[in-house]
Amino acid sequence: MKNKVLYTINKSELDKLIGILQRDGYRVVGPTVRDGAITYEEIESVRQLPIGWTDSQSPGRYRLNRRNDDHLFGYVVGPHSLKKFFFPPKQRLFGIKRDGESGYIFEAHQPDPPRYAFLGVRACDLAAVGVQDRVFKQTMAEPYYAKARNDALFIAVNCTEPGGTCFCGSMGTGPRCSEGFDLALTELRTTFTVEVGTNKGRQLIEALEHETTDANTSHLVDLLMDNAAEHMGRTLDTEDLPDILLKNLSHDHWNEVAKRCMSCSNCTFACPTCFCSNVEDSTDLSGNHAERWRTWGSCFTLEFSYHTGGYSRSTPAARYRQWLTHKLANWHEQFGTSGCVGCGRCITWCPVGIDITKEATTIANDVKRSRANQEAKRLEEVGS
Amino acid sequence: MISTLDQRPSIVCGEANPMAPAWTRIVACQQESSNTASYTLQFLDPEQKKNYRFQPGQFNMVYLFGVGEAAISISSDPDKCDSLVHTIRHVGSVTFAMNRLGIGQCVGLRGPFGSSWPLQECRGRDILLVAGGIGIAPLRPAIYQLLKNRDDYGRLILLYGIRSPQDMIFKEEVEGWMDRRDFQVLITVDYPSDEWTGPVGVVTKLLRRVRVDSSRTSVFVCGPRVMNRAAAHSFLSHYVPEDEIFISLERNMRCGVGQCGHCQYGPKFVCKDGPVFSYASVRNLFGKDEV
Ligand SMILES: Cc1cc2nc3c(=O)[nH]c(=O)nc-3n(C[C@H](O)[C@H](O)[C@H](O)COP(=O)(O)OP(=O)(O)OC[C@H]3O[C@@H](n4cnc5c(N)ncnc54)[C@H](O)[C@@H]3O)c2cc1C
Ligand code: SF4
Ligand code: SF4
Ligand code: FES
Repeated sequence: MKNKVLYTINKSELDKLIGILQRDGYRVVGPTVRDGAITYEEIESVRQLPIGWTDSQSPGRYRLNRRNDDHLFGYVVGPHSLKKFFFPPKQRLFGIKRDGESGYIFEAHQPDPPRYAFLGVRACDLAAVGVQDRVFKQTMAEPYYAKARNDALFIAVNCTEPGGTCFCGSMGTGPRCSEGFDLALTELRTTFTVEVGTNKGRQLIEALEHETTDANTSHLVDLLMDNAAEHMGRTLDTEDLPDILLKNLSHDHWNEVAKRCMSCSNCTFACPTCFCSNVEDSTDLSGNHAERWRTWGSCFTLEFSYHTGGYSRSTPAARYRQWLTHKLANWHEQFGTSGCVGCGRCITWCPVGIDITKEATTIANDVKRSRANQEAKRLEEVGS
Repeated sequence: MISTLDQRPSIVCGEANPMAPAWTRIVACQQESSNTASYTLQFLDPEQKKNYRFQPGQFNMVYLFGVGEAAISISSDPDKCDSLVHTIRHVGSVTFAMNRLGIGQCVGLRGPFGSSWPLQECRGRDILLVAGGIGIAPLRPAIYQLLKNRDDYGRLILLYGIRSPQDMIFKEEVEGWMDRRDFQVLITVDYPSDEWTGPVGVVTKLLRRVRVDSSRTSVFVCGPRVMNRAAAHSFLSHYVPEDEIFISLERNMRCGVGQCGHCQYGPKFVCKDGPVFSYASVRNLFGKDEV
């Protein structure tokens, strides 16, 4: 990633960029302060960005604080990811009318999604979109997702100050944006450096006043990124982790976590990669008009797994185990990637502060320790 | 002819969305037992009627207007392409609604989904089928194909477990199979009636009555979870190899296409990697509780 050509733009160019995007028919979405948190919403100007704000995050805790500068992107990710734009929390899949005795006709097709331009998204967000692509675009394209996704433009921001629950460094997804962006900015005092990711991105930078970044500034960006990588709020050792977790489905620690877990589903909704959904069918009072809706679902609910024979996962321990092993282990076999991008949302937004990195590490360390003990014992026996 | 697993028939659904159903009409309806009936369906759209194909063991998502969808196996002969049969046990909202429909009425349908019984791969071998209750439904298309290509296989055995003699579905057909010399059919019931003279008890007890040559037997199992477990473990103890035991699993299903997440079973999506699995491919999960 180092030695990429960077361009430098003045911070004032950002409003111009937003204007160009709007003119080109994009709906611009960026971070903004809402209800005490920084969330992704539609924005019209730079003024709506959380200028001079930062966040402080730890397990079960999120606070906004003032910075002592006017940085536009001096915080990390909030409770919302980009998931809601491509995979809406509640979506009508079709409407259908009875027509005569036994015929049915579908109502006009669903409206097309808006063309979104995302401003200020982070490396972990981009990685999460890549993960969800594998679910919704790889085998059978989900039409709304595929359209929204293909039309979208991403102006990302490299994180120079990781948050207290971030561990993208461990998951190999950040803090520097490596793919999936049209432009990637790094915020300096009065300027941004800009890396171009696509032709669309190139056209945008050419429409702005820019110059090639000098070697010193490029070097500074590299240093900032290295420094960020070294200051992750959390770490997770992923070596052997899928194997360890899947071979220890009966480990005591699953029950320990379950004593704290409230099965509230917050983590699954905050998680940018969780893709599960429920499908609900209904009719109106006349009984002649029916609809199908898809809503976000969560493996933490009991109903999620019921079938005629009962519940596949009746205990909170089984459901937490499903969630964690899906994210960190089974995802690899299903989609060739981890299901966790290290964004930390599930840690921050868990009401009791359950920490995926800690829970996984507790099991892994315990298993590694007993594996080592067994090996030592074996060697001893061989020796004697 | 029967195709192999990697050549799955293409999926038929409504034009609005892959989650929208195509429409079929009920052209025949047969009561199988007090709570189970078979419905013969035909696509309304001539193109869909002409092109719809499935393999034994596959299922459709059956949609009842405004009520919802249920995963239902196809129980008819895959060679009879102009119609298909679903044999449905009435247990809850969608299946009760199905019970209220009659000939001429429409049901929505998406499919076929999932993996199938490995009939092609098992040529030349003895085939032992184990069915519990409604589990006979997804096995029936396989039975049709096995009987049609009878010379391609060794011994053919069906072990069929039902709660009581009145619960037997496909009764006449099963009796026809029992009359054949080239098909050994054994039935056991949990609760015998006064007239019942056959075996009583769980289906795995029937294993004592058949000769299993473990080196040349492939087993297809479909029934309730406890039966699947007991059957798989009995065959393993008879030295049938793990990759010659095939089991069809039931999970909650909301989409059929690997996107709703409900059917996950460890790393498997039962809707697309299953419902038919070799024991070998689910060894680490099978028999584990709460996965
Ligand atoms: C691959 C596959 C193939 C299948 N093939 C067949 C087949 O060929 N024939 C067949 O008859 N069935 C088949 N099934 C089973 C069938 O899908 C279910 O019986 C069906 O989905 C039931 O749907 P329903 O709406 O009628 O019942 P539901 O309303 O979903 O109820 C089903 C049962 O669950 C209970 N229940 C409902 N909601 C809840 C809840 N929230 N919590 C706890 N319990 C609840 C109900 O009381 C009832 O006992 C198959 C299933 C799979 C996965
Ligand atoms: S599991 Fe937690 S840390 Fe990982 S991607 Fe999901 S929300 Fe982020
Ligand atoms: S962790 Fe749970 S909710 Fe998230 S994708 Fe996996 S099964 Fe679905
Ligand atoms: S039924 Fe939806 S993922 Fe399998």
